[in-house]
Amino acid sequence: MILVIDLCYRENSLSRAEFVGPVAGILRGVGAVPIVRHYTAVSAPDLEAADGVILCGTALKDRGFMEGPERFGWLRVFGRPVLGISSGMLPIVATFDIGIEPCPGIGMTDIQVISPDPLFAGKEIFAAYELHEFAVQVTDRFVPLAVSDRCTQALRHCSLPIYALLFHPEVRNEWIIERFFDLTESD
Amino acid sequence: MRLGVLFSGGKDSLFACWKAMQHEEVACLITVISRNPESYMFHTPNIHLAGLQAEAAGLPLVEAETAGEKETELLDLRRALLEARDRFGIEGVVTGAILSVYQASRVQRLCHDLDLWCFNPLWHTDQEAYMEDLIGAGFRVIITGVFSCPFDASWLGREIDHRALNELRGAARKYRITLTGEGGEFETFVVDAPFFSRRIAIEEASKVYRNHNGVLHIERAGLVER
Repeated sequence: MILVIDLCYRENSLSRAEFVGPVAGILRGVGAVPIVRHYTAVSAPDLEAADGVILCGTALKDRGFMEGPERFGWLRVFGRPVLGISSGMLPIVATFDIGIEPCPGIGMTDIQVISPDPLFAGKEIFAAYELHEFAVQVTDRFVPLAVSDRCTQALRHCSLPIYALLFHPEVRNEWIIERFFDLTESD
Repeated sequence: MRLGVLFSGGKDSLFACWKAMQHEEVACLITVISRNPESYMFHTPNIHLAGLQAEAAGLPLVEAETAGEKETELLDLRRALLEARDRFGIEGVVTGAILSVYQASRVQRLCHDLDLWCFNPLWHTDQEAYMEDLIGAGFRVIITGVFSCPFDASWLGREIDHRALNELRGAARKYRITLTGEGGEFETFVVDAPFFSRRIAIEEASKVYRNHNGVLHIERAGLVER
């Protein structure tokens, strides 16, 4: 089971169909069983039952989920694959003390893969949709996997299967979510 | 949250409006009328009837005109959003974008500049489920423009009901077009919606059609009891 966490401003919000629905749809398309939970309703049994977790993105102005970053402390001990998408990477960077800096990006951008990883195997450059206000700072606890001309676009924790993507893979790069599901199957 | 809905009169913007009404408060509709028939952002047949649809919905309409040149039309949209913010206190904007990164990212940038929320409730939706929901919810939608094979003139003015949807499915499979017309294959006009107090009756219309390209011009229409 993949736990898909909705970080939007309210449970069953107007943003849910935009940021959570497409991710869950891609997972269903490859035979996965996504369980969607709003971030305020994630329980210990949800996390125990999950083979992997996806933290979905939000609207640019939506940052309510970061008012209590300690609720994402489970990221340190979860041990199975996690994928943070765009603002869904903020709980990851907060948990692991990675700095962020203002860097708005809206629209298509070219992504260059710079480090080998199963998530991007066989890809060198691809176009992706970005919708973000910040970029992450480089740290030795995370390996930068892919960059655009302005910032790091994909990171992986150096020892845990935790991925953080600045761009939105559910738009035109569904293959990344499919590969993430494969990682949860093989983990 | 008070929202303004970018509104073309077609099914996607009105369905997005309906979705928004289920979660937030829709304060106004916002229409940009383009004089450029090639505009990717705003051109749509029968946009002159947006006021009638707004009246049916009981919502105020903010209208802005644009010459429809590629980047200046965004300035005109910005003007419309500012007017909607000033007059109706909107805090966010709703669009009916489904797949178009071109349209969605331009609206996202404008909202970002104006410190407005941006909502795209149909973004990358399951198109099959969407079309079923549209009909099931009671939207009455007619086709007012066709711009692709295999559409002939008989499609102009045709209502998208279950039978038409079945034919659209067949066309989507055979000709690799989108089921929703998101690729510009056809344009629509909503004559009734679950939140309309009255429906639109078309009293006079004319068709212009040639080589899989055609438009139904609605010349006269009014509101009647549902």
